[in-house]
This record gives sequence, structure tokens and C-alpha cells, in this order.
Amino acid sequence: MKHHLVLRVVAKLLIPSILLFALYTQFHGDYGPGGGFQAGVIYAAGFILHALVFGLESTKKIMPLWLLKILSALGVMVYAGTGLTSLLLGRPFLDYYALAEGVHGQELGIMLVELGVGFTVSSVMLILFYLFADQGTEE
Amino acid sequence: MVSLAISFLLGLMLLSVFAVIAMRNLFAAIILLGIYSLLAAALFMTLDAVDVAFTEAAVGAGISTILILATLLHVGHDTKAKKIIKPAPLLLVLAVGALLVYGTLDLPEFGNAQNRVHQSEITRHYLEKSPGKNGEIGIPNVVTSILASYRGYDTLGEVTVVFCAAIGVMSLLGGLRKKKKQTTVSNDSTTDSAS
Amino acid sequence: MKILYLFNYWIVIVIMLAGLYAVIASSNLVKKIAGLSIFQASVFILYISSGKILGGTAPIVDSSVPADVVFSNPLPHVLILTAIVVGVATTAVGAALIIRIHRAYGSIEENEILEYEE
Repeated sequence: MKHHLVLRVVAKLLIPSILLFALYTQFHGDYGPGGGFQAGVIYAAGFILHALVFGLESTKKIMPLWLLKILSALGVMVYAGTGLTSLLLGRPFLDYYALAEGVHGQELGIMLVELGVGFTVSSVMLILFYLFADQGTEE
Repeated sequence: MVSLAISFLLGLMLLSVFAVIAMRNLFAAIILLGIYSLLAAALFMTLDAVDVAFTEAAVGAGISTILILATLLHVGHDTKAKKIIKPAPLLLVLAVGALLVYGTLDLPEFGNAQNRVHQSEITRHYLEKSPGKNGEIGIPNVVTSILASYRGYDTLGEVTVVFCAAIGVMSLLGGLRKKKKQTTVSNDSTTDSAS
Repeated sequence: MKILYLFNYWIVIVIMLAGLYAVIASSNLVKKIAGLSIFQASVFILYISSGKILGGTAPIVDSSVPADVVFSNPLPHVLILTAIVVGVATTAVGAALIIRIHRAYGSIEENEILEYEE
């Protein structure tokens, strides 16, 4: 799709706003609809749009597969690590009151957990897209 | 009024579902499936489930449509089925449907605040004790509080499931291109031994 | 009035059955996955509808919301949120299996695969 000038210009305008909207969804999940799952999927959608317009190979240069593999595992580790931290601080697993005083502990814990969810979901969705799209075009 | 809006959306969903089943071209069927998901998201919106609507629109209408379309890129998009109506599955489905319709007669009235679900202790606890400055969690979106804090174990398991799906797809498709010759050889040997 | 809300449940059941029929009756594997998605979404609708209160609003409890506002039940929302993401994970694994089946048998029609097996 290298010759579609309009698509390329519009995609260049759209991708940053999609990624920004994903970050908004991620960190605004406490106050409105949103959270790690939605943000992760939207973040992945930004890169998928890039891959559709500029080709899969150029997207792989920005976001290589090995990095995605690390990020997807890192997300689960951030989540489980939050739980283990509260366990080490002498409270039950995933009890966020251990992290800070009162309600602030809950807010911190929820933010960390949603961050872990966002990491895993966005990188897993991109891994899936890479694998599926690769199978089709390389014949 | 809400009931009418729900009926309208459900009617559109029904149309798209029948079109998905009747469609010979898989490409058109999958696009219609995406429309079905988007209509489901609109329906969740009228049912006050904003988070679910958001997720369904992003995941159901977006990512899963793209994944199945990418599959079609590889396997082709024509079905060879000649007839759509088969008697035996239809009978089975109708029997299941009769049972389900019988089950709906006992369902509580739709949208009534006096229903047992809404009066139960745990629902009241989530809605009254969790938000606010002196609440247990202190953030306004109760869905997020339940998802990430009260039921954090569930979500941990779910993130693990998503991670496992990535591992599963990687082991099924990853590195397939390099080993293609080997797999065809092993396929031949298995069919030989089977026959 | 009772007939009206029961009627909505019945439409959901018809959608669910259409999905089930697509899973059982269609020989094309991609159509089976599509039927599975249809079935899933209809179950989500049935589940979410149990959390709705007529005249209520979304369960976002802010201090600016008046005290007499009724909120819908948030618990079904959380469960279905989880189910949707797990649903896309199963769809992805199923689609990957279809690609592998196509590699091995050169077809995604169930009857052709069975013939090849024999």
C-alpha cells in the first residue's frame, strides 16, 4: 500500500492520537469506563494500523517480536509482583492496603495491576497479529 | 422506551446473525460478524454496562475481526457447502431452544430494582462501601474496583490465560515457515503409517 | 409488559440457537468459529441484562451524582469483561489451529478433511 498517499498521511495523523487515547483509557479507568484491557487493545490497534498502511516489516522494526515477548511476560510479572509485594509486607496476596496508607494503597495497587494488564494485553494482541499476518503474506 | 431500543438492536443483531450463517463468502460473513459485535456493544451501552461496551467494541468488533480476516488471507474465503438447512442439527437446536424458552418463564422481571440480584448484600456492599473518600477503595468506577481489587485473583488468572493464548499461538504458528519442509515430510509419514 | 421483556429474552435465545446451529451444522471451520463468537456474545447479553435496573445508570459513583440515583449492578459487568477477553484468546487459538489444519490437509471443510483421513 505504498502508493496510497491519502492513507499514509491520515494514518500518520491518526496513530499518535490512537496511542494517546490508549494511555488516557489506561490511566482514566479509575474515573470512567476503561482500564488495562481496553487500553491494551487500543494500543495494539495503533500499531496494527501502522502495519496495515506501512507494511508489516516496517512495524517490526519499531516494535520487534522479541520485545513483545518480553513485554507480555513482564505484564504478568508486574501483576503477580504487586501481589507478592503485599505478601512480603505482611498482608494477604493482592491486598493493596500494604502498599500505602489506606485508600492510597488501593489506588496505587490498582494502577500497578492495570499497568500489568495493559502491558500483557497490548503485546499479546500484537504478537497474535504479527503471527497471523506473517502466515498469510509470506507464501 | 428502553425495552423498545433493546428490541430494535436485538432485531438488527438477529438479521446480521442469519446473514452470517447464510453467507457463502466467508469474507462478507466475518465483516457481518464484526457488525454483530458492534451492535452488541451498542446494546451493552443501553444496558448501562459502559465498560463491557467499550471492551466489546475494541475486542469483539476490532481485534477478533482482524484476526479471523488474517486467517482468511491464508485459507481462502469460499465455502463449498451446498445446503444450509440440515434436519438433524435443526431438531437438536430446536429442542435446546424449547428448554431455554421454558427456562425464561421463571426469570425475574427485567430491570426491576427489587430483584434479588440487586438487593443482595454483596451488590449493596460494592455500591455503597467501595467508592468515596471514606470508602474501602476510594475510586468512582465500581467496575474497576471489583475487577482490580476485590476480585484481583480472577483478573490475575485472566491475564495468565491471555498470556497462555499467546504462547499457544506462537507454538502453533511461530517458526512454521522455516520448518515447512520438515512438517510436510512428517505428515506424509504419519499418513503412511495410518493407512 | 411481561410479554415484552420475555420477548427480548426470546430474541436472545434465537440468536444463541443460531450460533449453536452454525457450530453444529456448518462444515466450514471458520464458520464454526463465527458461530462460537455469536453464541458467546448472546450469553453475554443474557448475563448483562440481569444487572440492568430500569431508570438506573452506569455504576460510576461520583460525589457529584445526586443521592437518589440508582446504579446498575456492577458484578455481571466485571464477569463479562473477563469473559470477552478470554473469548478473543480462544478465537485466536482456534484460528491458529485452522491455519495448521489448512497446512496439513489443504482444506478447511470438515467433510473433506474426514475423507482425507480415511
